[in-house]
Amino acid sequence: MEERKAIVEIKNVNKIFGENHVVHDLDLTIYKGEFLTMLGPSGCGKTTILRMIGGFEEPTGGQILVEGERVEDKEPFERNVNTVFQSYALFPHMNIWNNVAYGLKMKKVKKEEISRQVAEMLQLVRLNGFEKRYPSQLSGGQKQRVAIARALINRPKVLLLDEPLGALDLKLRKEMQLELKNLQKKLGITFVYVTHDQEEALTMSDRIAVMNQGYLDQLDTPERVYEKPATKFVADFIGESNIFEATISHMTGDTASIGLEVGNALCLLEKGVSYSLSEMVYACVRPEKVLFSAGEAEGFNIKGVVKEQIYVGNIIKSNIIIANGQMVILSRLDIDEVPKVGEAVNIYWNPDDVVLMKSRGYQIHHVIENASLGGD
Amino acid sequence: MKRSYRARNKTIPLLTTVSPVAIWLILLVAAPLLYVLFLSFLSTDGYNVVFLFTLDNYKNLFNPTYLEIYANSFLIAFFTTAICILVGYPFAYHMARAGKRKKTVMMVMLMVPFWTNSLIRLNGWKTLLGKTGFVNTFLQNLGIIREPVEILYTRGAVLLGMVYILIPYMILPLFASIDKLDHSFLEASNDLGANKVKTFLHVTLPLTFAGIFSGSIMIFIPSLGYFFVSDIMGGGKSQLIGNLIETQFKAGNNWPFGASLSMMLIFLILIMVTVYKKSGGDMEDLGVM
Repeated sequence: MEERKAIVEIKNVNKIFGENHVVHDLDLTIYKGEFLTMLGPSGCGKTTILRMIGGFEEPTGGQILVEGERVEDKEPFERNVNTVFQSYALFPHMNIWNNVAYGLKMKKVKKEEISRQVAEMLQLVRLNGFEKRYPSQLSGGQKQRVAIARALINRPKVLLLDEPLGALDLKLRKEMQLELKNLQKKLGITFVYVTHDQEEALTMSDRIAVMNQGYLDQLDTPERVYEKPATKFVADFIGESNIFEATISHMTGDTASIGLEVGNALCLLEKGVSYSLSEMVYACVRPEKVLFSAGEAEGFNIKGVVKEQIYVGNIIKSNIIIANGQMVILSRLDIDEVPKVGEAVNIYWNPDDVVLMKSRGYQIHHVIENASLGGD
Repeated sequence: MKRSYRARNKTIPLLTTVSPVAIWLILLVAAPLLYVLFLSFLSTDGYNVVFLFTLDNYKNLFNPTYLEIYANSFLIAFFTTAICILVGYPFAYHMARAGKRKKTVMMVMLMVPFWTNSLIRLNGWKTLLGKTGFVNTFLQNLGIIREPVEILYTRGAVLLGMVYILIPYMILPLFASIDKLDHSFLEASNDLGANKVKTFLHVTLPLTFAGIFSGSIMIFIPSLGYFFVSDIMGGGKSQLIGNLIETQFKAGNNWPFGASLSMMLIFLILIMVTVYKKSGGDMEDLGVM
């Protein structure tokens, strides 16, 4: 694989609005030609980051480089970057042709050249024939495509998209997801995409940056983000997770026995991460990886009762209540065997299927260890 | 049976809720207007209105003596409107983009004089602009002028008075349309290569045109009719349509002709509003007051 070339570099960027610290010490490199998604709940700072790259907000501290050049003080149009706005922001007093041509007109491109490029762009987003219409006469999906054409005609190196599909209904959103992804592949332009929809992020992205309260929690491929969430927040936010608080009670080789509130379980220790005995951790198991049996499995003793079952299309979700009242979700395809409602089961899992995450609780452990507890 | 029962059941509450408004509108808006319309077709014997149908009052509108007054009125109204746009737009823009606190302060600054009687405020200007007024004294003391200059009782003074009295009617609709303007349009324009000036010309101005137009209607028409401004600031020297109407109803004792002049103004308003609506204006923008 050829070496990836950085196109946007965000170095130690902070953003503070009044008393709100919205983005904390962010370091992020975006590579040429990739589809990077900023994912997080509302208020996590993802849109602010996008707006800082686009030039609509100035970072409180740190540097932003586009193609190796610092851009913090540059106007939005002096950066080789264009934005597709959440509300599309199509100019309501201009027809589609004029909307798409706007960028080239501002750059004083020759008339014939503008006509040629607008036609090409409308062809690209499959809207030829709509030139004379006004934005108010278009459907949501069509407006979306005009907004993309209007941005792409400027040949940006990076296209920033701020929740572009948020206003569309589910079916259209799915179609547009594919369309956007294909467009990005075809043009080879770097897309930076902001969304709070984890499914959207998993489907479209080359890499996902998961944001949590202004911090970058994890930056990885969709598979890795799903399979190996770096923090409890990521595990919780992306897909469904069963998260258990636990302490490490034994370690033999790369396997550890952990003590949950309600019993014991086994898990695999991540290579390259050092754990100590009685350290507090979070163990995260995806619902489809939870196993059940009538008797106890080797190394496990977590008991529970199946409280209810929910049918979601071809998947059956069983909610199992364990002794401390925590709900454990177990999901199976409807052709697989599932426990019956009211049945008492033992829960276990394959030790490789657990993701172990350090808990902030370990800090308490240090505090207690280092505190002198009176006496001499 | 069932249907009539239901219909009756709705009519009475509907009538009781709507009738006060309806009566108010009929008594205070429709009736006087109809009366003026009726008057404009009657004759006069020099003292009293005579119940004799005639179209002479309307013919009389085109009498060459009055054409100069119309021209003078339209000139004043045109410049009043133009100055109100030029002064009002930056103010309204600033107010729409200001923070909540500043917005309130600016709104109060705009509205407080508006609530004071305009005659009192205009007479206030007299003390500033008169021959022995503040401005003349100040300029004399500075040695810029030797003799007091005539500032009051000029066309300029009338214009100043008009702008001063009417400018809130321009700022409020402008403020409403600028405030409504989605900031992302400006950001998009900026993103696509337009600097601040270009963005203003290509996006802000066309999108706030409704505000300019509705403000202009609300200023142009009254400035044809505000006779007291020309009386106080112009010393009765410059006659406006408003003064002409006032004269017909008072000194001239020719109510029917005064009525036909009033009908002409009403007709002008209707034309302007129709043009506004036809050009895609939003009627709600006219109703900001």
